[in-house]
Amino acid sequence: MITIRIQSEDFDIAAEIAKLDAENTGAVATFTGKVRKEGDLTALSLEHYPGMTEREIARIVDDAQQRWPLLGLTIIHRIGRLTPGEKIVLVAVAASHRSAAFEACEFLMDYLKTRAPFWKQEERGGKTQWVEARHSDGKAAERWRDK
Amino acid sequence: MTLLYFAWLRQKTGCGEEQLSLPADVKTVSDLVLFLQKRGGGFEDAFANLRRIRVAVNQDHCGFDTKLRDGDEVAFFPPVTGG
Repeated sequence: MITIRIQSEDFDIAAEIAKLDAENTGAVATFTGKVRKEGDLTALSLEHYPGMTEREIARIVDDAQQRWPLLGLTIIHRIGRLTPGEKIVLVAVAASHRSAAFEACEFLMDYLKTRAPFWKQEERGGKTQWVEARHSDGKAAERWRDK
Repeated sequence: MTLLYFAWLRQKTGCGEEQLSLPADVKTVSDLVLFLQKRGGGFEDAFANLRRIRVAVNQDHCGFDTKLRDGDEVAFFPPVTGG
C-alpha cells in the first residue's frame, strides 16, 4: 500500500506502521524528522506548493519502487507552525529484507529534501527567517544518481 | 497563464498568485523573469539574484530556458527545504 499525506496534524508512528504491514513483510524501516530544540528557536513554519508537492512525491516514490522490491510505503509530511520536539516528517518502508527497506528509506528522505516543494521559516526571538537549502542535502541526493 | 510565488519570493513581490496574458516578447522563463524585473519595486528585488531562485512549469522542476505557452502554470521559489 502506498500512502502519501500532507497534513498539519500530528501522526502516530505505531499506527502508521501497523497499517503498512503486508503479509510477507520481513522488514520495516522508518525515519522520523523532528524540529530540533536548539538555542532560541521557538518554531518552524512549513509551507508547500499544493499539487506539485503530491506530484513530486509520487515521482520520487515511483523511482524508489523501480530501484527496490518494496511491499508498502508511507510518507507523511506536516505543514504549518511546528514547535521544537514536534514531528515534521515520516517515511516508513516495508520490504521482504532489511537492505531494501533501509536503502529506500534513505533514498526517499534524500529526494524529499531536495525535490519536494516545501519551505521552512524559523522563528527566533520574535524574528522570522527563511531556512537556506544545505549543500550537504544536495550531495546526499546526488549519490543515488548513478546507482 | 498563472504565476505563483512561494516563501520569500511571495513576501518580496507581495503576491502569491496572479493571472497574466503571455506578453508577446516572452518566449521562455528567462524572458518572463526580465518582464517581471521591469515591473520594479518588490519584483525587481525578488528577482535580483537568479542563482537563489528555482522554477517549475506546470508543476515540473525545469530550467530558465524552458519555453512557455499561454495557459502554463509557472512557479518561482527558493531552493526547497522540506524534510
